[in-house]
Amino acid sequence: MFMRRFITYLNTRRKYSKKSIKNKWKSVVGLEVHAQIYSNSKLFSGSSTDFASPVNANVSLFDSAIPGTLPVLNKRCVEAGVLTALALNCRINPVSMFDRKHYFYADLPAGYQITQQRTPLANEGILEFQVYIPGIHKTAYTTRSHIKQIQLEQDSGKSLHEEERSLVDLNRAGVPLMELVFEPDLVDGEEAAALIKELVLILEKLKTCSCKMEEGALRVDANVSVHQPGEPLGTRTEIKNIGSIRGVAGAVNYEIQRQIKLLEKGEIVVNETRAWDAVNKITVAMRDKEEKQDYRYMPEPNLPPLHIAMGSVKWGCVNADDLKATLPELPYQTRSRLKDDYGLTMEQSIILVNEAKLLTAFSETMNKNVDPKLVANILINDFLTLIHKNKMSLDIVQVDGKYFSEIVGLLQNETINRLTARLLLSEMLYGASESPSKIVAARGWAQIADDEELKALCKNIIEINPKIVKQYRDGKVKVFAALLGQIAKESNQRANMSKVPKILKELLEK
Amino acid sequence: MNKVLSSSLKIASKLLQDNSISPSELTNACLQRAKNNSKYNAFITLTEPEARKQAEESSERFKNQKTLSELDGITIAMKDNFCTSGIRTTCAAKMLENFIPTYNATVYDRLSKAGTVLIGKCNLDQYAMGSGTIDSIYGPTKNVWGYSDDPNDFFIAGGSSGGCAVAVATGACFAAVGSDTGGSTRNPASYCGLVGLKPTYGLVSRLGLIPLVNSMDVPGILSRTVDDCVSVLNVIAGHDPKDSTSFTKPYRRIRLPPANKMSIKGLKIGLPVEYYCQDLSDEVLETWNWVAQLLEENGAVVKEVSLPHTEYSIVCYSILNQCEVASNMARYDGIEFGFRADENISTEKLYATSRSIGFNEVVRNRILTGNYFLLTRNYDKYFNKALKVRRLISSDFDKVWEDVQLLLTPTTLSTAPKYKDFVNKTNRDQCALQDYCTQPANMAGIPAVSIPIKLSNSGMPLSLQLMGRNLSEPMLLALAKYIENIVAFPQYSTRLL
Repeated sequence: MFMRRFITYLNTRRKYSKKSIKNKWKSVVGLEVHAQIYSNSKLFSGSSTDFASPVNANVSLFDSAIPGTLPVLNKRCVEAGVLTALALNCRINPVSMFDRKHYFYADLPAGYQITQQRTPLANEGILEFQVYIPGIHKTAYTTRSHIKQIQLEQDSGKSLHEEERSLVDLNRAGVPLMELVFEPDLVDGEEAAALIKELVLILEKLKTCSCKMEEGALRVDANVSVHQPGEPLGTRTEIKNIGSIRGVAGAVNYEIQRQIKLLEKGEIVVNETRAWDAVNKITVAMRDKEEKQDYRYMPEPNLPPLHIAMGSVKWGCVNADDLKATLPELPYQTRSRLKDDYGLTMEQSIILVNEAKLLTAFSETMNKNVDPKLVANILINDFLTLIHKNKMSLDIVQVDGKYFSEIVGLLQNETINRLTARLLLSEMLYGASESPSKIVAARGWAQIADDEELKALCKNIIEINPKIVKQYRDGKVKVFAALLGQIAKESNQRANMSKVPKILKELLEK
Repeated sequence: MNKVLSSSLKIASKLLQDNSISPSELTNACLQRAKNNSKYNAFITLTEPEARKQAEESSERFKNQKTLSELDGITIAMKDNFCTSGIRTTCAAKMLENFIPTYNATVYDRLSKAGTVLIGKCNLDQYAMGSGTIDSIYGPTKNVWGYSDDPNDFFIAGGSSGGCAVAVATGACFAAVGSDTGGSTRNPASYCGLVGLKPTYGLVSRLGLIPLVNSMDVPGILSRTVDDCVSVLNVIAGHDPKDSTSFTKPYRRIRLPPANKMSIKGLKIGLPVEYYCQDLSDEVLETWNWVAQLLEENGAVVKEVSLPHTEYSIVCYSILNQCEVASNMARYDGIEFGFRADENISTEKLYATSRSIGFNEVVRNRILTGNYFLLTRNYDKYFNKALKVRRLISSDFDKVWEDVQLLLTPTTLSTAPKYKDFVNKTNRDQCALQDYCTQPANMAGIPAVSIPIKLSNSGMPLSLQLMGRNLSEPMLLALAKYIENIVAFPQYSTRLL
């Protein structure tokens, strides 16, 4: 008893102090995203971008900076950049330029990276997204982050350091990247993660980036600072190369807490680059390159200005208006559609849009005879919960739309009940070999819906429970539920429980 | 055969067509001629095996009457900053001493597909940074004109394409491809009494030309006659999808009428007053006036014009050059190719040592200053300002084309200097002096050609330069041919009969 009270005390205290710190400090988060453009060949050369190729197999003369070679811009990458910029509501620049950014590194063969520093492909975009993590947020809320610029640039190679030597793999050197620079408009790790999730959904929909974070196809840098309300922004740190969405949330939140702790202790935050240690869930300072680098930017003289056709200007590398016409339905549009056309809640729409497999199953099930809310419920409350309970991930689960539709059908015509539906979903999880109706028939899972049969069931329960029946008849109506439970149990959960109460009541009150 | 080597490409081509000579015979004679003249140090590499093979293939084509072009079987040379597959390409620098490219520069690729025979790779200043062909790890190239057997007392060939000039002047080949960034083709052409063309920027592909200043580099042509120059240009010019700065418009082959059928009546020719500069020698000035008068007498309208920003061209060029050099040279780190020092302490130390041994002082100086100009705090003060000046220089030309069609100027301020006098000045000062008349054309991207006019009192070639607006090569070369016909310059190769 004492212990329990003490813990309660601690909890309230922690809640209280957390709240006060939260009010005392404001955190500011800005993201920079490097997204590899989904393209067969590199940004300026014809070599392949295949991730799975053997080391140094995708290296053209240009990629290894052989003297005399020249860059030739890959049109597909410009298309991808423009499409992405359009989806993010950016202003496309009719003329953009390429620059050289100089620094020495063994996996940067030319000694410079070709990027777009001064006049990028696009500026001034805006991305609106929903923040909703079940368990953290009760309801979803909308926020937005402005996009400063989107630029095309080359990826670098990879260095592999061994004890005695360093090795260089140039397969990645020259792979096309879009760098998306967001303004520091966010307040915490959840918002940062939600932004990245929304971005991933958009890029996947546009097919402009594979977004395979485990392959480094999408890499996130986060700038984090904290300050007191009314004060100027604090010193920021940069967390480099965060490789997963949950990592973004974890790294940013950890960094905010770390900075607050430092400042509370009267120490200072050092402007530095840090890395996210996903195993220990902490950020650690990276060995900084001695001094602040001056990249000595210079216009790339081997590439003429990049022209994008739009409006009355018909001449350019690609036509932005034509590309705009090809934009697919974007995630925010899908969410609206789910809300408006099917009456789902915002939270349901968010979850379905976030999980492509569920959305596909939902869409495949939809026809005029089914109840969309029921389908969404089964997908989210039954199926997703089942997956989590089994410690599985949706990525590895086969979601068979036809199988799922059949379950919904059986449920709606009352052949089965919700519990049986869960059993059938569980079968699907482990690869059901037969259709739901066959399973139901074979295992006798069909719901007992026949009135006579149900009556018999009820009668039997009344007979074997004279005590409870008496209690009920004496006015203790609460015990009704106990009888219902017994009926469900007795019928192996097969009794149609929407019919049973009425029948039971009639029998009891006879 | 000696007579053939001293004749023009046109004549040699005709003799090949007639089967009077075979490509193999011609190639052997050229290789022999090159070897006999090794004292001038024109070649870094004589590509003897490749040349013999190409000649045999050409002979076969002649036998089967399946020649590839009017240049089939014709011998050529390339400056050693053009990549040639399987043939080392050194840039006359230790850094690339053992560099063997696996691809051909587009220019060489086209020449090779036209059936020409490559006899060698020619000497230059390291990475084409110079105007004398003296800063080469293979030693200086010596001018054929005024040559005495005293090994330390010779005239420079000019540069940085000096090796190409001497190769053509001695008759070891009919034409050579050099590069021109501030005058590197026209300067040696002027000192060695040859035709030297700098085409319009973007007309000839730069792929495979190891860059000096990407925004100004163009492959240039050195030949003994204007017609020969046109023949080579017709093969190498035209769009290359691998060079994004090359013109996409299809190239139209140039055909020049016989000189005696041309008229220059009414042709407006400008003499920019800024080119009457302080260091201009009397003999060059006299030559300039003489030709101007000659043109006027033949019906041209000759008048003085002004290019007011000419004097800023050199300093502006110097900044842009060093910035691009600093950037272009960043790839020479000893990792993927080129010279690597024996250094294991750290990657940084490996870079530093490789670069410090692999580059000469001129190159290292330019890298250092270029990086200084590109620092964020200096960028506007130097690089950006230089870009603005470049724009002014370019618009000087735009304005002048409203008045005249072509410009006639000196190419160099004097005849070829003596080596010992030349090296008294630093590479930088020499470039400033040597490039004075040639450099503005590179700033503006316009075509320019140097043509030999006559010999000085001491027997050295005196040359003049013609400049025209972008893509005016047909008119420019036509006037060059017209002048060539009148002045009848005595080619050096005719002395080797």
